[in-house]
Amino acid sequence: MESTIIKSRGFNASFGANHVVKNVNIDIPRNHIIAVMGPSGCGKTTYLRCINRMHELIPGATSSGEMLLNEEDVYKMHPIFVRLKIGMVFQRPNPFPNLSIYDNVIAGYKLNGIKLAKAERDRIVEHSLTRVALWNEVKDSLTKKGSFLSGGQQQRLCIARAVAMEPEVILFDEPTSALDPISTSTVEELFHELKANYTLIVVTHNMQQAARVSDKTAFFYLGELVEYDETKIMFTNPKDNRTQNYITGRFS
Amino acid sequence: MAQIETELQALKSEAVNMWTLVNSQLSKAQQAFLTFDKDLAREVVLKEERVNGNELKIDRDCENIFALFCPVAVDLRFLLAILKINTNLERIGDYAEGIAKYIIDADAPFSDEMLKVTRILPMYEEAVNMLEDTQTAFEKEDTILARRVFKKDDVLDDINKSSHDVIEKHLKDHPGDVSQALWLLSIIRRLERVGDQTKNIAEEIIFYIEAKVLKHRNKFV
Repeated sequence: MESTIIKSRGFNASFGANHVVKNVNIDIPRNHIIAVMGPSGCGKTTYLRCINRMHELIPGATSSGEMLLNEEDVYKMHPIFVRLKIGMVFQRPNPFPNLSIYDNVIAGYKLNGIKLAKAERDRIVEHSLTRVALWNEVKDSLTKKGSFLSGGQQQRLCIARAVAMEPEVILFDEPTSALDPISTSTVEELFHELKANYTLIVVTHNMQQAARVSDKTAFFYLGELVEYDETKIMFTNPKDNRTQNYITGRFS
Repeated sequence: MAQIETELQALKSEAVNMWTLVNSQLSKAQQAFLTFDKDLAREVVLKEERVNGNELKIDRDCENIFALFCPVAVDLRFLLAILKINTNLERIGDYAEGIAKYIIDADAPFSDEMLKVTRILPMYEEAVNMLEDTQTAFEKEDTILARRVFKKDDVLDDINKSSHDVIEKHLKDHPGDVSQALWLLSIIRRLERVGDQTKNIAEEIIFYIEAKVLKHRNKFV
């Protein structure tokens, strides 16, 4: 039986008086890829940012309800610890422009003041870059700045930076929307590789991407979790008319 | 309206036209059979090419929609159903052509006695009705009507099953009817296949509308 890694119960999030995530209940199984989709403003990115407590960094942002990581309330943990356990990759590749490829990968350790021996740093850099299928492309130019890489490579570097911290969950906020189709395809293939070791939660506007990469799909609309099921079921026989209308492009 | 909706509506119209054409082929072959009208039978044979052309066009249109619009959910089921319905309709068109060819080749009209004992006329009537029902069910998205087709197919199966014994018995009393009996038996077999193809079509209609797979299942549970 699959075990649940993230569990939300009666979870709500607001920006001031604007209630953007409403009473979400969801169980996310370990080592699965979960796609989160819905029209703009449906609360999907806000929900994602609540999982690793990025939401609370915005002035006026509040949340309530339970968000559990391995049955432990993330809102009772130290936020830094939460973000070590739950990494995040953003829409636009954002490697630190002044850092080398090597330093970008281990930036998480440096920023958190974790000191590592050189051999350990080397091992983490090689291991992380290998995991994201970037090692062979950059192993001879580790001292070059990350910003010299192509868009797709930069995004994989950002994923390597998240992977380097050995999180349990990685959140992706539209990770390929700024990438060309070839780079998108590389990142999507990477998702399948990463699934063996991590749980991936991917917010995407691209429905075909959700269909291609995910095991389960959640559909949000007006802040509500309308439907959450196996991706195959969501794309062949969704139960809710709102889901059907959205995925078939009949959404008004 | 989304572009895919326009494409699917156009495809639905094409499918309905195909249905109407195949229905007409089957009915004209029936008429030719009843009246021994060889000219009408020749018309059915000639029009078979149009059925084949329609089949290819619908296949190609489905392929284009798959490639260009990546359909999902009800749209995906609709396209999958259309592909199979299209194949089944084309086969029914083949059976109508086969029956028409018998009329063209036959020397004399079938004996009334033999038509009566084999129950081929009510069988043919039921086959045509079944096909019409599936067309209406498809156009109106009526799965209750689609389900009625399953029961009607039992009538065709019963007549087909009994045909061997009935014809054997008839031939004992009328040994001169052997040639006609063989023709009739072939037509009965074809009509039984029409029933099966129509039943397949009804299953596809239910799959498309209700997302239920009834294939290889007891329909009356």
